[in-house]
Amino acid sequence: MTKVSMTVNGKTVSGDVEGRTLLSGFLRENLNLTGTHVGCDTAQCGACVVHVNGEAVKSCNMLALEADGADVGTIEGQANQDGSLNVIQQAFQDHHGLQCGFCTPGMVMSAAALLKENPRPTEVEVRKYLEGNLCRCTGYHNIVKAIMAASGQDVSSIAAE
Amino acid sequence: MYNFEFEKPSTVADAVSALGGEDAQALGGGQTLIPTLKQRLAAPSTLVSLGGIPDMQGVCIEDDGSVAIGGATTHATVASEAAGSYPALAALAGLIGDPAVRNRGTIGGSLANNDPAACYPAGALGSGATIITNTRQIAADDFFEGLFSTALEEGEIITTVNFPVPQAASYQKFLQPASRFALVGVYLARFADGVRVAVTGASEDGVFRWSEAEEALNKEFRQDALTGLSINPANMIADLHGSKAYRAHLVSVMTKWAIEACM
Ligand SMILES: Cc1cc2nc3c(=O)[nH]c(=O)nc-3n(C[C@H](O)[C@H](O)[C@H](O)COP(=O)(O)OP(=O)(O)OC[C@H]3O[C@@H](n4cnc5c(N)ncnc54)[C@H](O)[C@@H]3O)c2cc1C
Ligand code: FES
Ligand code: FES
Repeated sequence: MTKVSMTVNGKTVSGDVEGRTLLSGFLRENLNLTGTHVGCDTAQCGACVVHVNGEAVKSCNMLALEADGADVGTIEGQANQDGSLNVIQQAFQDHHGLQCGFCTPGMVMSAAALLKENPRPTEVEVRKYLEGNLCRCTGYHNIVKAIMAASGQDVSSIAAE
Repeated sequence: MYNFEFEKPSTVADAVSALGGEDAQALGGGQTLIPTLKQRLAAPSTLVSLGGIPDMQGVCIEDDGSVAIGGATTHATVASEAAGSYPALAALAGLIGDPAVRNRGTIGGSLANNDPAACYPAGALGSGATIITNTRQIAADDFFEGLFSTALEEGEIITTVNFPVPQAASYQKFLQPASRFALVGVYLARFADGVRVAVTGASEDGVFRWSEAEEALNKEFRQDALTGLSINPANMIADLHGSKAYRAHLVSVMTKWAIEACM
């Protein structure tokens, strides 16, 4: 076992891990932060997306020890200080951007990374950015709409198809 | 996944010595290697991360105008930092996988892996790049040795990849939407002294140069120059996404698109 330390959602955390421990496993099993979902475990679905030093990564495809010293953000750190939903989460609720909710943590984390680098994305840009996030329920339309709304754009003309 | 030790050196020299250990293996972004380990297709005793070596990071322009990319530079960094100096290569990097894969995967890992459907091998071979390792320099023409096989020796690390910048270039990727790799991809580069055409995703032997197309384009750089030329489907890849004949046909179509984009 090797000791790993990192900042997760602003708090310093550490734990003992094996070389093979994945970041997703460290978050879920050592820290009990089970909001980060593991859908495929093969880097395809994006349910496990978290931020490492501000960048979206698939935590099922990164070793926990690679994140030693890093600043990690997960879905548990997304809500506002007072516990209310942040603007992206609220938009997912308002625009029915989820059904079963399994993909949602990854979708929200990808959306947050997108809006940080591109605050007013077009619909095409949103769809392109979500290429690595799979949803089996919604058909994506309302997810895209929610992200457009979260970026402050008028989505009244984007009809559900 | 079998367990392994993990090391993260901060210099190439330390990485080389760590890789000298028995069954040690380099770890780039892990976007190919971690899934491979999960399937127990590899069982290294030690993984040596190359992600903590500053000398292997970033994109810079050399005195001769060529673009040098550190072996551990992520696809996302190449997509943004090479956009001004070598736009076609930056565009290729920006089309790999998805944003989260591009934030981890590296150029060195992609070239060392030499997946028959990967994008960077086409970019490197099409550009006539030089692959620089801890011990030597290898021309792209001598580097790729067939499916998942390269000229790299055991423990040898790609530290830098040096790309001469052509007058015009274009990568045309026909996406295999499930894997996000290329079903067929063509990288075409037009230099003052000739045209290079590199094809990925198509051949059972991995990336290759389509020399007949290069000769024809050297005589006359236009789409019609390819008329009458075709790729022999015999050693094309066949899978549920496309037959041999389909892939052979796509090579011509992607090459024509690339010519169009360079006009
Ligand atoms: C969902 C998904 C989609 C993808 N889509 C594409 C795509 O469209 N096009 C594409 O080209 N690729 C694609 N990839 C692969 C991706 O580009 C990988 O990043 C790349 O193939 C391997 O790079 P890596 O840095 O992750 O290497 P790793 O996975 O860490 O390593 C791969 C191999 O290279 C060796 N290695 C790593 N770095 C070096 C080095 N500097 N010197 C010597 N050896 C080294 C390792 O030992 C290992 O054998 C995709 C991957 C995923 C998960
Ligand atoms: S669980 Fe990581 S990409 Fe699916
Ligand atoms: S809401 Fe069910 S997978 Fe997306």
